[in-house]
Amino acid sequence: MIEIKDINKSFGDNEVLKGISGNFEAGVTNLIIGGSGSGKTTLLKCMIGLHHPEQGTVEYDGREFTSMNFEEKIEIRKEIGMLFQGSALFDSMTVEENIMFPLNMFTEQSTAEKRERVNFCLDRVNLEGKNKLFPAELSGGMKKRVGIARAIAMNPKYLFVDEPNSGLDPKTSIVIDELIKEITEEYNTTTIVVTHDMNSVMGIGDYILFLHEGKKFWEGSNKEIAHTDIEELNDFVFASRFMKAAKGKF
Amino acid sequence: MNFTNFGRYLLLLKAVFRKPEKFKIYLKAIFKQMDFIGVGSMGLIAIISTFIGAVMTLQIAFQLVSDFIPKTIIGSVNRDSSILELSPTITAIVLAGKIGSAISSEIGTMRVSEQIDALEIMGINSPGYLILPKILAGITMVPLLVIMSMFLSITGGYLGGTLSGAVTPAEYLEGITTDFNPYTIVVALVKAFVFGFIITSVPAYEGFYVKGGALEVAQASTRAVVVSCISILACDYIVTQLLL
Repeated sequence: MIEIKDINKSFGDNEVLKGISGNFEAGVTNLIIGGSGSGKTTLLKCMIGLHHPEQGTVEYDGREFTSMNFEEKIEIRKEIGMLFQGSALFDSMTVEENIMFPLNMFTEQSTAEKRERVNFCLDRVNLEGKNKLFPAELSGGMKKRVGIARAIAMNPKYLFVDEPNSGLDPKTSIVIDELIKEITEEYNTTTIVVTHDMNSVMGIGDYILFLHEGKKFWEGSNKEIAHTDIEELNDFVFASRFMKAAKGKF
Repeated sequence: MNFTNFGRYLLLLKAVFRKPEKFKIYLKAIFKQMDFIGVGSMGLIAIISTFIGAVMTLQIAFQLVSDFIPKTIIGSVNRDSSILELSPTITAIVLAGKIGSAISSEIGTMRVSEQIDALEIMGINSPGYLILPKILAGITMVPLLVIMSMFLSITGGYLGGTLSGAVTPAEYLEGITTDFNPYTIVVALVKAFVFGFIITSVPAYEGFYVKGGALEVAQASTRAVVVSCISILACDYIVTQLLL
């Protein structure tokens, strides 16, 4: 479980996060949603230590992360897997080398064991046999799946996913969403997905935290989100014509 | 580099020299960088050094208008200039352009495409993993390239001088062997060591803190070469002042 308390973050005079708190349970898909510029990615980066919040705490199963020193943070980060918005695969490495990279760095496994783990992860994301391809040879959806394979290579306790569906077609988006949900339930990971994709929200949002202008406006599940009276949330959820048309059916 | 940047540069270096996560992987990266910086630059340095040596011999000969000055001086002037100044400095400036821009754009692209963030999230000390192998390769390979450059510059001087008739082979050989002071080699190698550090660490710094996209990566690359060249010339003066 990850617990955040009263997170505040500013860039100069621009106050991006204003006292955000929330609990993200293991084994369920936790979503942070909100419009562009609402502070979703900044909150995610505060949680994993890429940004330092001015105020507030982040606890990983009771271990306070923000006040840890460099070495202590590294130990927590070994338990974290992350899928970046642009996948962030290492260009100069093949798919296999990308997935094997954390194993090379942090384990003493033999090459055969590491290759077995790589093949397992690739099978898990339905990319078996793509070991020798370079990132430049992959489609956007395949890059995301390799990113997920790399993220789960070390059996992470915590999985962070930043905009998993950006730049993907609707069908591939659903494949990625379902993969994230399956992995979360299968390995009981604490998964946090940052998204503004309503298909993801309705499809996999077990717990949803809605941010608006840097503040937490609402929290709940995908079953509850369509039945609130909060204007800002309704404006966000039912912004598209499709969602407006489907409003009464949720 | 203003004071803020210099402070950030020092803090980055502190992070670079943290204990590596796995020495074997770093060693592999060091050899790869040694190949890129050293072996990959040999051809360019060889051509430049040979021609500079040849041209220098012709120019020294052109300026020696007095019959009272023996022509053997052409060899000794060429030798000392090559060893003390031209080989270390020209090699370093050429490498700042070739290697520096490559290092800056490689690390800068990794920064804007979130690859550095990915390293950090995995629990890897990204400055150490990305920059340390480059610095270690730089401080070992640049001195070797400078030694090669010295030999080729002096050889180029021999070829240029003798082929043009500006100096006889015997005069040139006598010149380069007379009154040789081995200490000049020490000074040149100290310079090469310092330059190797600058050529790798300054561009790495510029790339590491890039914000934005392709345009900013290109600007960082240009800045890396400019700052490296100025730093090389400033350190050249300081080392020369301290050691001679």
